[in-house]
Formats: sequence, structure tokens, C-alpha cells
Amino acid sequence: MSELRQIAFYGKGGIGKSTTSQNTLASMAHYFDQNIMIVGCDPKADSTRLILHEKAQNTILQMAAEMGTVEDLELEDACKPGAGMFAPDAPGGWINCTESGGPEPGVGCAGRGVITAINFLEEEGAYEEDGLNFVSYDVLGDVVCGGFAMPIREGKAQEIYIVMSGEMMAMYAANNISKGILKYANTGGVRLAGLICNARMTDREYDLAWALARELGTQMIHFVPRNNIVQHAELRRMTVVEYSPSSDQALEYKELARKIIANDMKIIPTPLEMDDLEDLLMEFGLEEEVLEDEVGKAAEA
Amino acid sequence: MQEVENIVNGKELFKKPEYQKVLADKKAFEGAMGAVNPGKVEEIAEWTKSWEYREKNLAREAITVNPAKACQPLGAVMVALGFENTMPYVHGSHGCVAYFRSYFTRHFKEPTPCVSDSMTEDAAVFGGLVNMKDGLKNCAALYKPDMIMVSTTCMAEVIGDDLFAFASAAKEEDGGEFLPEDFPIPYAHTPSFVGSHITGYDNMMQGTLQQLNEGMKGEKTDTINIIPGFETYIGSIRSIKSIADAFGANYTMIGDHSDQWDMPAGNYEMFAGGTKIEDAKQAINAKATLSMQKYATTKTMKMITKRWKQKESANLNPIGLKGTDEFVMKLAELTGKEVPESLKTERGRLVDAMQDSYPYMHGKKFAIWGDPDFLIGMVSFLLEMGAEPTHVLCHNAPRGWEDEMRALLDTSPAAADCHVWAGKDLWHMRSLLFTEPVDFMIGNSYGKELMRDTGTPLIYIGFPIFDRHHLHRYSISGYDGALNLLTWITNKVLDQLDEETKGIASTDYFFDLIR
Repeated sequence: MSELRQIAFYGKGGIGKSTTSQNTLASMAHYFDQNIMIVGCDPKADSTRLILHEKAQNTILQMAAEMGTVEDLELEDACKPGAGMFAPDAPGGWINCTESGGPEPGVGCAGRGVITAINFLEEEGAYEEDGLNFVSYDVLGDVVCGGFAMPIREGKAQEIYIVMSGEMMAMYAANNISKGILKYANTGGVRLAGLICNARMTDREYDLAWALARELGTQMIHFVPRNNIVQHAELRRMTVVEYSPSSDQALEYKELARKIIANDMKIIPTPLEMDDLEDLLMEFGLEEEVLEDEVGKAAEA
Repeated sequence: MQEVENIVNGKELFKKPEYQKVLADKKAFEGAMGAVNPGKVEEIAEWTKSWEYREKNLAREAITVNPAKACQPLGAVMVALGFENTMPYVHGSHGCVAYFRSYFTRHFKEPTPCVSDSMTEDAAVFGGLVNMKDGLKNCAALYKPDMIMVSTTCMAEVIGDDLFAFASAAKEEDGGEFLPEDFPIPYAHTPSFVGSHITGYDNMMQGTLQQLNEGMKGEKTDTINIIPGFETYIGSIRSIKSIADAFGANYTMIGDHSDQWDMPAGNYEMFAGGTKIEDAKQAINAKATLSMQKYATTKTMKMITKRWKQKESANLNPIGLKGTDEFVMKLAELTGKEVPESLKTERGRLVDAMQDSYPYMHGKKFAIWGDPDFLIGMVSFLLEMGAEPTHVLCHNAPRGWEDEMRALLDTSPAAADCHVWAGKDLWHMRSLLFTEPVDFMIGNSYGKELMRDTGTPLIYIGFPIFDRHHLHRYSISGYDGALNLLTWITNKVLDQLDEETKGIASTDYFFDLIR
């Protein structure tokens, strides 16, 4: 049996992280027979819906809250086998789905929730499932506190993929996430494994993504073009691979899946200083140079 | 006021008129204007003894009153002090560590070394990395331990500090001055909002063994590892060792704190005894590992049997006759040797003593509380003596314990009157004692209030025991330990019998000289 690989998808909120990760993982399972467990680490709990054909999976913390304690929870309740072609008895690889969930907005500590959920999965033996090839963490937005760094601690995800697109905030986020990785990479085994550009089809987006990747010391592992078929599939709570296997988009995800499985470029990132990042954005026209004496000046005199 | 030439304790001091006046004034002040209605107080006090109150009490969900458990890092600190020259280091707030130290010190009447890195507000916001870097370095520089074992308080757990990364960063920054590359710093996450002190013991023991034995897998040896668990009886550890010695077994006691908390008077040393680090690093190559406390080593034993593949490993509980027999037979099996004559004699003496005292313990009703493994052993012994464990209460009962205890009680002819109370506290116990009274209680010092409230005699066996001396120095394990249990319990039964029959010319027809 090959060694278990643990990967994680990070990226700015709303960038299409969950959609991209599910479509990619679906391809890894379907085309390359990989067995996968998804660990959703986002209180929104939308990291598994396309695999399960459900609105949203019952989360570990939600069920724990109902039962009073996480100790009463059973793995079978928290870990659901994928639907359709991702079921254990369907041909090709299978996908198991879990969602950590989190507290109601405004109360408690979502970061601690991620820690609790991952500890639960470990203790209940979810990582020891026979034939498991990949564990994939889908983590919300930025790494805002220690809890959201749990997936990149020692012994957890070793390869981080950052989902981004050619817009300013996504680039900022990618750079910030690289800083987070750097913090843990020096003492642990976590590495940046590539940027995935989920294209918005802005000007020179491909070049910009590559430029940022080079600055960070990594690769742009794949440029996923925009295609409405993704949204069509999503309406039916499906991945493209399942919705329309013969489409061009399915082949894009297949290619991305192939590259991830074969990926051997895992590096300690070299994040940019803020000034350098702004220069880069300016070079690609995402930000405009402002004259020193115009800063803070209102439009009307 | 105290007089310099005649210092007295509180009992005598507060009898003095000036204090009596203060107490009387306080009472008058608090009871003024009818704020306290003695009749109502009396009425409510009586009501709390009723079945009605018991039902309400047992339905209680949101609060714990008088808990019978402690928190995770306490167990982790005990693990650390079972290893040679090892400093327990708690990553988190200082107050927690003061609590662990005083808790152990009040029980063992010995100093308890333990340090913290005193996390405060800024550490909660920015993470505890800076504290850990400074703390580990200071600890190594000042106290010169050979190993530092890191556990955590709730604060560090809530913010998700990464212990491995922090310890590595501390070493890197230190550059080998006080923390060389190979300096062992085993760590375990011990959030107290999960489980209890036995969970912390398990986490720390598992983490330590796993981290010390990384890459150490080699030739299998004939060594047997023995893990005592959260053992608060110094004598028990010595009993277990003497049984293994009687077999001439080649064994390593993993986590042996018996010398640490039993130092002779004289020069103070910070550390004494403990498992040698090089021995602990060979634990992976042992023939088998025997745990003396199943529920305090669940994770540890899972690692040993599953990952280390020590298939002959077993959980034992050498409290009472049967429990000790099983331990002895397992050693006979593992060493391939006959049971030594010395043990057979010791066993024979115990059985003889049990027969002598049997009439006094038989049929007596007991309420008992404590840790899950302690209870399994103690209840087993009570049943051997024909006693009836009416209420068995385990506040920190892990999964599976309730069923195991029920099955054990079901072997008693009085099974129908024996109740298991998992996850309940000592305020629940109070209701149980009023509604379904027993003859004796067995438990720790926290039963003192129950003794006063209910009038049930308390036999001090358990942890912590703060207000009776030296009991922890004795053994409750092995044949000699069972004899101690028998002595303590039987003599309390006899004390009580004297108490109840001492009435001159009324009940003293049974105030006998010979029992």
C-alpha cells in the first residue's frame, strides 16, 4: 500500500475553493482510482455537498452539540460515503466525507472546533481506513487563528494548494497563506505544493498567476478556465466529472488531478513583502500608481 | 490573639472571647431583619434528604457540585515525575500549575516540582511561542533536568498552540546552549474540557512512549513493560515490583513515581528515582506491556498492541485476590516460570486473613467512589468479602466502564440492590446516601462533608486524601495490598460496632473484648 498523502486547499473566501477542490478530488477518484477522505474545515460546511448530492452534510460539531458531548459521537454518523460514482461499491475510487462545522456566528470558537473535529476523526480511526490514499482538508479563508492552522500541523497536511484568481484580494490572501505555511514549514514537514488559478478570465490572468507563483518559489499547477458547466453541475449538487464526463471542463479537472497525483514540487514558500506585492499588482495593472500628493485627497476640491 | 509563648491551632484559637464575639456579631449581622429564617433553613435541609429532591438532583444537567475527578494536566504531571530527572512543564497559565503542585503535595506530603510558562493576555492573542521559547530554556538552565515533558492547560488548547513546532523552535533559537538537538521534550495536548486526570495521564504516557521510541525499533527483548497508571498509592507500585521481582522477571516499570513522592528526610533533591530514559527508549522492543489501569491507559495500550504489535500485552487490575491472581498468572505465562513459593505463601496468608474477617464484612452495604480502574478493583475485592457495593459512583467513567461494572456487580447475590452511577458527582451521592443508606463509605477526603451530613462512617481509600496521614505510603495492590484493605475496612467495621454497642447497661451486652 502506498503511503497516505494529506493535502489541503486554502484560499480567499468566495474564490471557488470548495467547488474546485471537490471537482478535482472527484477526478482523482474517478479517473485515477484514488480513495479519498474529505475533511471540511469551514463552519459553512459546503466542502462535501457535490460529492454527497446533498444540501449540506451534518457536521461533527452540530451532532456533538445535540448529543451534549463529542465523546458520544460515532464515526459512522460523522463520516458519510460519497453518492453515485463515489460510493464505496461503485467502480473507481471512493470518497468519504466529513465536515467539522462550527458554532453559531458570533459565539464560541470555530478554531477550537476544527481541532476538536480533527482529533475526533483521528481517535475514531478515520485515517486508518483500509485503502485510503488521500486525506484532503478544505479550509476557510485566511488562517485567522491557531485552530485553522491545525490541518498544517506536524503529521497532518503536507502539501498545500492555494486556490486563487487574478484579482487583488485573492493575491493578498495567497501571499498571507504562504506566510502561515512558512511559519510551520521551518519546524515541520508542511510544504507549498502549488497555486491553482480558478480563472475569472481577467486580462493577463495566466501570466499574473505564474508571476506570483514564481515569486513564492512554487508553480501554478493548473489554470482552470471559467466554464458555466461548473455552475450547471452545481445546481444539481454534482461535480462536473459526474454531470458531464465528456465536457472540456471535466478534462481540465482530470488534468489537474493527474498533476496533483504526480506532483513532486513541494517547497518552503518565500512570501512577498507588502511593497513587492503591490509592485507586482501594479505591473499587471490591478493597482494604479498614485502620486504622493494625491493620497487622501477628495475628488471635489 | 495568639500568644508567642503558646501558639495554638485554629480549634483552640477561635474559642477565645475576642473571636467568639466576632463570630456572634457576624451571625447577628447576617441574620438581621429576618433575612435568615431558621425554620425555613431546617425545612429545606430536611427536604434535600427526600426522594423528591433525589429525583430532581439526578435530573440535574447544568452544574457539577463536589466533583469526584480532576483535570487532564494533573495526570500528565504524574507521568513526568515517573521518569528519571524529568521536569513536568505545563504550557499555559500559572494558576493551573499552582493547583497541580498543591494538589499532589497535600496528598503525598512531599514537594512536587513542576513549572509553567505563565501565559497571559498577550500570549492568548499572539500565541504562546515566545513563552515556550523562554520557558523551556529557563527550565533547562535553572533546574538541569535530563528531559522536559510538556502538557497544556485549557488556555493553550483553545488557541490551538502547536507543541511540536514550538518545542523545535525553542531548540533552534537556543542553538544548543541549554537545549541540545537530542534533548528529549515529549509533549501531549491535555485539554481539560475533555475527560479527566486519567485522560491526561493516558495522553502524556502515549505521547512520551511514542516520541521516545521513534526509530528505536530493533531486536525484540524478553523485557516486560509494566505501566502502573494514575497510581496514588506509593506502596502499590512497590508491591507490583516485588511480585515481578519474585518471578525474577526482566521488567521495566514505565512511569515509576514511587521514590519521587517518598523522599527521606535530609538534603532536598528535586528529583528521585523514576524510569531511566534509556530504558523508556527500549519500551518498543519489549516482549509485552502490562497495564495496571486499563481506563487510564486506553490510548497508550492501543498504540502498543496495534502499532508496536506487542500481542501478548494485557490490561490487569491487581487489586484484591482475583485481580492479583490474574497478574501473577500473566507473569507466569510471560516468564514461563512456575509461581514462586513466596507468592503462594503470601497468598495463603491473605486467604486465611480474609476468612478470619469474613463474618464482619459479609452483608455490609458500601457506597464507594473514585477512578474507574480503582473501582473495578475495589468492588471486586468487596464482592470477594461478601460485602454489598450498594452505590458505585464514577464521575469520570469512560465509555464501556458502566457495562463492565454492571457485569461485575451482577455476579453478586445482592446484584439487584447494587447500583452503578456513571458521570455523577458527590452531591448526587449525598441524595443516594439519604434515600438508600449504606453502612460505610469508601472514598477520598471529599467524602468528609458526606460523613458529617449523613453520619455514614468514611473509610479513607482513594485520591486525594488530604486530611489523613501516610495512607498513600501503603499498598492496595497485590496480596499485601489486599491485606491492607482488609485491615482498614474490617477495623472500621469493628470501630463502628464498638461505637454502637458502648451504651452502658443498654447495648453493652455486645461490647465485647474479643471480635
